[in-house]
Amino acid sequence: MSDIASRVKAIIVDKLGVDENEVVTEASFTNDLGADSLDTVELIMEFEKEFDIQIPDDQAENISTVGQAISYIEEAKK
Amino acid sequence: MELKRVVVTGMGALTPIGNNISEYWEGLKHGKSGAAPITYFDTELFKTKFACEIKNFNANDYFDRKEVRRLDRFAQYALVSSDEAILDSGIDLNVVDKYRVGVIWGAGIGGLETFQNEVIDFAKGDGTPRFNPFFIPKMIADIAPGNISIKHGFMGPNYATVSACASSANAMIDALNYIRLGYSDIIVTGGSEAAVTKAGMGGFNSMHALSTKNDDPQKASRPFDANRDGFVLGEGGGALILEEYEHAKARGAKIYAEVIGGGMSSDAYHMTAPHPEGKGVVAVMKNCLHNSGLNPEDVDTINTHGTSTPLGDVAELKAIKQVFGEHAKTININSTKSMTGHLLGAAGAVEAIASILAMQHSLVPPTINHETADENIDSELNLTLNKPQERKIKVAMSNTFGFGGHNACVAFKSLDE
Repeated sequence: MSDIASRVKAIIVDKLGVDENEVVTEASFTNDLGADSLDTVELIMEFEKEFDIQIPDDQAENISTVGQAISYIEEAKK
Repeated sequence: MELKRVVVTGMGALTPIGNNISEYWEGLKHGKSGAAPITYFDTELFKTKFACEIKNFNANDYFDRKEVRRLDRFAQYALVSSDEAILDSGIDLNVVDKYRVGVIWGAGIGGLETFQNEVIDFAKGDGTPRFNPFFIPKMIADIAPGNISIKHGFMGPNYATVSACASSANAMIDALNYIRLGYSDIIVTGGSEAAVTKAGMGGFNSMHALSTKNDDPQKASRPFDANRDGFVLGEGGGALILEEYEHAKARGAKIYAEVIGGGMSSDAYHMTAPHPEGKGVVAVMKNCLHNSGLNPEDVDTINTHGTSTPLGDVAELKAIKQVFGEHAKTININSTKSMTGHLLGAAGAVEAIASILAMQHSLVPPTINHETADENIDSELNLTLNKPQERKIKVAMSNTFGFGGHNACVAFKSLDE
C-alpha cells in the first residue's frame, strides 16, 4: 500500500470510527462506512490538511469512495 | 379547560458528587464536596485553579468513537443522564406513542469547549475560514434535546431553554405546562452544562464571580458563610421524566412526586448583579406559590439558588423572609451548590432532583462548609448547616436565578399521604 493510501485510510478509520479492514478501495463513505453529509465534508477537509492540497467543492462531490480519494490525492501530489 | 396533573416518574443525574442517582444521593446525604483541582487543562495562569468536575467519566463507556467526536461534553452529559431517567421511568419504548413524548432541555451556554477549540484553530490559521462541519451542530445548546430525541425517536415538542443558570428550571416549567395543557403525555426534561474550560473559567474569573480559594477547594463553596467569596464552577447533567398523572397511573409507573407549579420572573435590574432587595426573587416565589395553589405555610423546604456569592445569598434569604414571613423560620433552607458547585444551566434540574430525593428519604441534605455566621443573615433561619436534618416533606420548592436577571422556581409535592 502506498504511503498516501495508508494515510488516507488512517484518517477514515479515525473520523468514521470504522475498522481498518472495512476501509477497502471500493468502499463508499456513505453507503458502506456510515458517513453522513457532515462526515463527508470533514473527511475532505482532513485530506486537504494532511496532504496540504485544496479540493474544490465541485471535485469533492466526485470523491465518494476510498479509492477515489486515494487516486485524487495521488494525482494532486504528482 | 381543566389542567392535567403532572408527576415525576424517572430521574437521572451525572454530577460532580455522583455519576448516577444513587451515588448522587449518597454524596448529598454525606455532605460530600465535588471540588478539586482542575484536571482538564493547565491552570497555571488562571486565578481560580479548581472546579467541580465530573469524575471517573469516560465517554467511550457510553458512546462509540464516532459519537464521541460528534458530541460536546454537555451533550454527552445530556444523553447519559436522560438515559438513566428513561430507564428508571420504566417507559416501554416499544409501546409508548412517541409523537406524545417531547424533550425540553436547558443549557446555559452549550458546547463552550467546542466553540473555544474551533475558534483557537481558526485564529492560528491564515484567516481562511476552515471550520469543522461539526462546529455549529456540536456547539448549539439545542443539540442536547435534539440528540435525545434522535436516540429514542421522541417526536413531540423539542427545544432548548436558555436562561443562564435558570435554564433547566425554565425547561421543567415549560415541560410542566405543555403536559398540563395536553400537548404531550411525557416530556424528558432537565439540563446539562460543561463549562469547565479555559474560556469558561477565564470568563467567569474576569467577572469576579468565582471563588479563588485555591488553598482549599473543598471548602470554597460556602453559601451563607461570612467568608464566602464566589461560586465554584460545576458541570454535569440532570434529567427528569415528567408525565401526565393518569398516563403514569395507567402504566403502573412509580411516582416520585407531583410537580405542582412553577414561577418565573425577571429582576429587570442588571446584567449580572442580583437586585439588592431580591425584588425579582420575591416575585418568582410568589408566582410559584400562586401557580401551585399553595399558601406560604405549606412549604417545608427551599433548595436555594445559594451560589456562595456575597450579594446573591443575602438577597435570596431576604426575599424568603419577605415572602414567607414568620413561617420562613420553620422552613428547611439549604444549598446543594455547597457540595456540587454551580452547574449553571443544569443547576435547576440537579437541585430539583435533590429536593425530590430529600422528600423521598425524609432527609434534607446539608449546606456544607459553614463556619462563620454572616451578620447580614437572620440567625433564626434554619439553613440546614453542615449536617443533614430529618424532616417529613410534603412540599419542596427549588429556586434558580440566572445572569440576565432570570428567576425560576419550581414546586413539588409528595403524593404519599
